[in-house]
Amino acid sequence: MDKIKLRNDIILLAVILAAAFAVWGVIRLAMPAGRYAVVELDGKTIASYPLDTDIRVEIPSEGGHINVLVIRDGKASVESADCPDKLCVRQRPVSKAGQTIICLPHKLIIRIDGESGVDAEL
Amino acid sequence: MNKSAKTITLLGVCTAAAMVLSYVETLIPVPFAVPGIKLGLANLVAIYLLMKLDWRYAAPVSLVRVLLTALLFGNAASLAYSASGAVLSMLVMIGAKRTKAFSAVGVSVLGGVFHNVGQILMAILLTGTAQIAYWLPPLIISGVVTGAAIGAVGAVLIAKTDPRIDQK
Ligand SMILES: [Zn+2]
Repeated sequence: MDKIKLRNDIILLAVILAAAFAVWGVIRLAMPAGRYAVVELDGKTIASYPLDTDIRVEIPSEGGHINVLVIRDGKASVESADCPDKLCVRQRPVSKAGQTIICLPHKLIIRIDGESGVDAEL
Repeated sequence: MNKSAKTITLLGVCTAAAMVLSYVETLIPVPFAVPGIKLGLANLVAIYLLMKLDWRYAAPVSLVRVLLTALLFGNAASLAYSASGAVLSMLVMIGAKRTKAFSAVGVSVLGGVFHNVGQILMAILLTGTAQIAYWLPPLIISGVVTGAAIGAVGAVLIAKTDPRIDQK
């Protein structure tokens, strides 16, 4: 009885891991490299920056708060922020279409897109 | 102690242990996906109560743990994440136990995976950003690893302890 359960456990583990790695690989391959970092504040797109140009820009949010968005070598990351949890700063740089960096306290989403979300600059 | 006093004591101790684990995991940020997503260490208590006793002990302790933890260390967003993760993983684990096909490790792996699936679904809902689904595969893998580790520890606890509560 226990041997059957052990076998089932191992099969379950292997199947889930294999499926997750396969799906992840397919997504990564199929996903085009992003071209723009689109900045959304509280659900509204406020700016987009091309990934092929290195910049460092302060993104103001409600209450005078700031996230510093940096684009370097085609990757976007948050260099610093005055949010309480700093989780946006700890997230890895993103560069593929669909990837996101999120700062929940500031209601800020930085999304990588294949196309420009908006023409306006900050 | 009479039976109901024993039960209340056990549930109290387990809730406290689950809250400590919940607090510990707030100190370990998950390095990808969405801020506020948690590893699901408190599933150790859920898996112990579910497999040693049954869901009538495991589910209330999880619920109280989620509410108290959000009150003490969290905010509305972290409550939404941990509640969706805890509820979905509890339902899946109850179902997995019912099949009698898996040991505590297998049940815990499923719990860990669906804990993270629940959190991602809530994140998609809260942020209105469907692209967050991109993070499902790495979070599912992390759920398998966390779930297996917790299941292994849980299996030892289940084998070595005796809460001495008469089951119905
Ligand atoms: Zn932040």
